[in-house]
Amino acid sequence: MKLTGAQILWEALVREGVSDVFGYPGGAILPAYDAMLGYPIRHVLVRHEQGATHMADGYARASGKVGVAIATSGPGATNMVTGIATAMMDSSPIVCITGQVGSKLIGSDAFQETDITGITLPITKHNYLVTSAEDVAPAVREAFAVARSGRPGPVLVDITKDAQQASCEVDWEAAEPHLTEAYDDALPGDGDVRDAIELINAAERPLILAGHGVMLSGAEREIVAFAEQAQIPIAVTLLGIGGVPASHPLNLGMMGMHGEAWVNTAIQEADLLIALGMRFDDRVTGNLRTYARSARKIHVDIDRAELNKNVRVDVGIAKDLRVALNEWQPHVAPGNRSRWLAHIQALKGDVAVRDIQNLPDNGHLYAAHVINDLWRLTDGEALVVTDVGQHQMWEAQYYKHDRSRSLITSGGLGTMGFALPAAIGAKIACPDAEVWVVVGDGGFQMTMAELATVVQENLDINVAIINNGYLGMVRQWQEFFYDKRYAATPISGPNFQKLAEAFGISAATITTRGEVAGAVESARRQKRAAVIDFQVEQEDSVYPMVPAGADLDRMIRRPSPIVETAAD
Amino acid sequence: MLHTFAVYVDNKPGVLNRVSSLFRRRAFNIESLTVGHTETPGISRMTVVVDTDEYGARRLEAHLYKLVPCRRVDNITDAPAIARDLALIKVSATGEARTHVMQLVDVYRARIIDVSPESLVIETTGTEDKIDSLLEVLRPYGVIEMVRTGRVAMIRGLAPARRTAPRVTPATASDISGDVSNCSV
Repeated sequence: MKLTGAQILWEALVREGVSDVFGYPGGAILPAYDAMLGYPIRHVLVRHEQGATHMADGYARASGKVGVAIATSGPGATNMVTGIATAMMDSSPIVCITGQVGSKLIGSDAFQETDITGITLPITKHNYLVTSAEDVAPAVREAFAVARSGRPGPVLVDITKDAQQASCEVDWEAAEPHLTEAYDDALPGDGDVRDAIELINAAERPLILAGHGVMLSGAEREIVAFAEQAQIPIAVTLLGIGGVPASHPLNLGMMGMHGEAWVNTAIQEADLLIALGMRFDDRVTGNLRTYARSARKIHVDIDRAELNKNVRVDVGIAKDLRVALNEWQPHVAPGNRSRWLAHIQALKGDVAVRDIQNLPDNGHLYAAHVINDLWRLTDGEALVVTDVGQHQMWEAQYYKHDRSRSLITSGGLGTMGFALPAAIGAKIACPDAEVWVVVGDGGFQMTMAELATVVQENLDINVAIINNGYLGMVRQWQEFFYDKRYAATPISGPNFQKLAEAFGISAATITTRGEVAGAVESARRQKRAAVIDFQVEQEDSVYPMVPAGADLDRMIRRPSPIVETAAD
Repeated sequence: MLHTFAVYVDNKPGVLNRVSSLFRRRAFNIESLTVGHTETPGISRMTVVVDTDEYGARRLEAHLYKLVPCRRVDNITDAPAIARDLALIKVSATGEARTHVMQLVDVYRARIIDVSPESLVIETTGTEDKIDSLLEVLRPYGVIEMVRTGRVAMIRGLAPARRTAPRVTPATASDISGDVSNCSV
């Protein structure tokens, strides 16, 4: 039986297990939309194509499945660029389908023509320009295989309008992708099990650095087993949060620019770093010249190109993390590292005194309080999606994630506007999850149009706006490094409560700590969306902080006790 | 130091762009890049020369393997390999100079492939050093125009067998991209 290219597209998607797509129709993708009605697909109409890509991304991160976004040619496709780059940086498997002008018109600057495969070349794992119906099935099937394989990431399939309209017979067997991992040769410098185990068993002050790869490879159980067996403490990256339960006694917490001070100090003092599924981003290493100088280094990453990129390692292993940990398991000697663990405890020093949670209530509403309360009130069980900035760091510090994939955040690209659309994708992937968006007033205003999508799809998503009237993280940098010259960081906003109500969403405005619990509880009780505008202290800063490029243990600490602002 | 890679890729539109874009994206400067057909239909071979250190070379190799149309990468820098460059050199040559130039061409075992009243076109193949040297001695006579292919290279004898299975991709999925529409690779 002959099918049109458009039908083949949906048939291929359904065969890949796709049940939900996020998209926005337009001229060049119309044949595909017309055919969609014949297939068991839930289509979520977004308000901007960037939202579609973030939703597909959030969907993928929450579920581990491939997220799918669909848009038309030209502006529809270019609007996807930020979301694609976000997914690329954070290794999130998504497939973007774009319509393209008819194949005869390619290169003619036709209406809504853009070279989207050229534009997305450096921000996709691979992309395809499909110009005939016969090529639709092989391209879509290979796109899913590429997106899932190895280090996951985004793939784009650009399909011309005539390829969607033409008909052909489909041979699904012939369309089977045959991606073999060509790169399995051991290169010089690649470590094997013995090299790694030797270092691990001999180390006195070892530290595990756990990243996003723990979740991407499904190694959550293996990493805890390994840490327990060898008694090695774990520091996590921002995207590694949730991969190891926050409440696990060996989990020290987050490392890096806004990581815990004692964690960064421990990294600098360690004699062995075991980097598992993380990539030594500049936000976690600080100054590379002084980074962990006394430590030997083992690096396990599925992407060989990450080995020896930023940090020279003694043993580099390009392998799926779960496979590597299982190979190590029989050889890891039971460790007794109580001295090292006790030393790290001692490194905490006066941190508890400085912790904002332990400071006397001065009547001000602090973002850290809101997030800590949110953690307690949701029993730490919520799926939290954050945006980028101060609130993101406070969330990472004060919401203790015990479950894998329970924090979704834009790490590598740091994409403001990510949270709300990504939360929509996450909620559709996990309809039973309690989803909270934690977002600043700046980032929220970038993509708040997606509130309409929340309403149209009848989604129970709670939005906590951490509203300080500033682009807070940039303001903090201006405070610390630019002599408090607040260029373009004060930001006004609408009345968020009224705005949400205009969308038909119940909303509240909170200005004191006493009101936080009531607002959160009321949002949780109702089985539909809610927006809470938390008007927090305007000029609070995230502590501790390693200035960009500084030594990792040279941290700016929260003044103790907290310095009152001039307004007091 | 200079690293030489032999890169085997599917002969499809846009592949050259994917490879060159990768070098640009990762901030590697290409010293020389040649591309042509191989003994296997549908497979092209690139010889790429890049100035980088050993770590950079390894990372580059890993990045090349992540390109879907890339089938195999050999870093032949340290392998016993033969490398050749081809140059066409147009030299001003009249009167007595013409005889001198023709003698030099003989010494360098190059060939004269075109003769006109005022100039000669010389074809030479060899290592880059040899061509540089020929160029140096011809310069006093007036080099009017020159074109070089860049390095092509091959390992001597039987190359060590690779354990990799060739990557098979559906031949029908075309993946054109970028601005090399008039180039088949």
